Amino acid sequence: MTRRTVVVSLIVGTVALGACRGKPEPAPAPAVVVAQPSGPTQAEIMAAEAAKRRADSVAGAARAAANAAAAAEAERVAAALKATLSQPVYFDFDKDQIRDDARAVLDGKAAILSANPTVTFLIVGNTDEQGTAEYNLALGQRRAAQVKRYLTSKGLDEGRFTTQSMGDAQPAVKGTDEASYQLNRRAEFQSNNLPGALARPRG
Amino acid sequence: MQPTLVIRHVVAALLVVSSASAQDTTRGVRIGLTYAAGTKPGVVVLPGKGPGADSMRAMVQRDLDYGDRVEVIALEGSALADASAASSPSWAVLARLGAAAAVQVTPTSTGMHLVVYDVAKRTTALVRDYAAPPMMRSREWRSIAHWLSDDLEESLTGVKGVARTRILFTRGNRLWSVDSDGEGLVVVADAGTPSSGAWSPDGSAVTFNTLAPAQVLVKDLAGGQTRTIASGPGVFISPVFAPDGANVIYGHGVDEGVDIFIAPTAGGGGHRLSVGRGSDNVSPTFSPDGRRIAFMSGRAGHPEIYTMDADGTNVELLTPPEFDERSHRASPDWSPDGRSVAFHAMIGRSFQIMTISLRDRGLRQLTSDGRNEDPSWAPDARHITFSSNRTGVKQLWVIDVETGRSRQLTRGPGDARNAAWSPHLLSYSRKSRVTAGIPTSLET
Repeated sequence: MTRRTVVVSLIVGTVALGACRGKPEPAPAPAVVVAQPSGPTQAEIMAAEAAKRRADSVAGAARAAANAAAAAEAERVAAALKATLSQPVYFDFDKDQIRDDARAVLDGKAAILSANPTVTFLIVGNTDEQGTAEYNLALGQRRAAQVKRYLTSKGLDEGRFTTQSMGDAQPAVKGTDEASYQLNRRAEFQSNNLPGALARPRG
Repeated sequence: MQPTLVIRHVVAALLVVSSASAQDTTRGVRIGLTYAAGTKPGVVVLPGKGPGADSMRAMVQRDLDYGDRVEVIALEGSALADASAASSPSWAVLARLGAAAAVQVTPTSTGMHLVVYDVAKRTTALVRDYAAPPMMRSREWRSIAHWLSDDLEESLTGVKGVARTRILFTRGNRLWSVDSDGEGLVVVADAGTPSSGAWSPDGSAVTFNTLAPAQVLVKDLAGGQTRTIASGPGVFISPVFAPDGANVIYGHGVDEGVDIFIAPTAGGGGHRLSVGRGSDNVSPTFSPDGRRIAFMSGRAGHPEIYTMDADGTNVELLTPPEFDERSHRASPDWSPDGRSVAFHAMIGRSFQIMTISLRDRGLRQLTSDGRNEDPSWAPDARHITFSSNRTGVKQLWVIDVETGRSRQLTRGPGDARNAAWSPHLLSYSRKSRVTAGIPTSLET
């Protein structure tokens, strides 16, 4: 700031001189030379360093923010992948057929499982409390087996899936209305070897 | 059906010394007589003396009442205390009360003293002593009292009672056991989500399945040891012992339906008996001679009861053909006398307990109130316990197949299900099997 003031003063002074003479002389190049200081002052160096520190700090913060955002995004993606993997699928009363809504959920799982070939799963079939207890255990097993069959039909190795039935012993919700029953007619998914960072499905 | 317990008020003098005036008094205070002479023998349980006498008398009365084979003629009010003073029965009064027999149980220093009087012959019919632990109302003590009741019922009717039995059931993902009179509730297993159990032929062990991990276990009740009979992926369902105790049969399936399997109790792994081809085949139950197995199968598209030979061949549909796909008949249990199979069937929108005769395939519907399921026969082939929600929560009930009379067995919180009635039990522990309950004298 100081140097600019000096230069401006010199130019203003030169123009004023010329005007007084009535005929402008060529602007003397040396004026610029004169205006050039021989080197930065101590104050100027300190100011520059401070400015650089500020700039570095701003850039660092930006980098950290970007990293954090990336991490958050990765976490969000990982959570979404895990949520997709653990999302239950639901069944119609007394049926083990895979419904369209379940198909969509299972397709999502299959894509993730393809990208993460070490992940194995326990598929647990459940039923509502209608029907006979023993029959419900068999029905739960059929549901788990159907889910396994669907996933292996997507090219996944069947050795990655174990099936189990809890019948009506572990309802997701209490209640004796159809809404509760629907929530209880489900297959659940458990894994004890999910990696910390799940690979995203390709495509 | 209402309870058929006959209550008769009698005055004190009645049972001490018969007199004309006492007899006249009796006539005026009789209430609610439902006793049908010749149908069931009437029995008066006389008060005994000494510590525990009242408890014993109450238990014996209740056991006889629950047995449904005799009419317990109850004495009320001052009659009790005064009758206790009687040194010998008043035959004429007992006869007037409709009693074929009178019974007295007296505590002794070593146990219980039973005397049975034959009213018609005016004689002492039976005297028997039972060794019982001194701690009144302990499990052992109660077990001995039940044993006494069962002997008593046999001496009165020719058929052994079922008081000294227990019932296994599940509630809150635990396996429980309770005395036939609803007392003595204990947890048998609580790990791995047990879902149904059954007794060994001698009552000394139970087999049960757990869902997670999926397996079939046998637990020795005296020693407490548990061993695995079968395990693996998939599901194991409702194991039961073969009548010889050497094998356990159960439903098992992984990815291609559920079939009936058999495995040696001693270990060595199981093999498949039924050929379900992807259908559900569960709830096996042996005929008492061990030659046939009844089970539920969904092979026709809906659950029905089938029978097959013990090696899995000669499959036949037992329940009448039903082409309605909503038909649902399940949870068969072969009666101990071999004559019928109990099961539950969808009637309307609920389950009801039914029996089917193996002789003529005649069907009987035993329940109609609420949802009733999972029948299990008592060893007398006359009573069935089952799960019913008729009071809101599923509880175990007992029904007398002959009369339709029913009573509530369990009262705890949560659904009680999958009942299995034990055979006649010897004792709760090895120690007492040797030392307690041995009749020390017998006189007829």
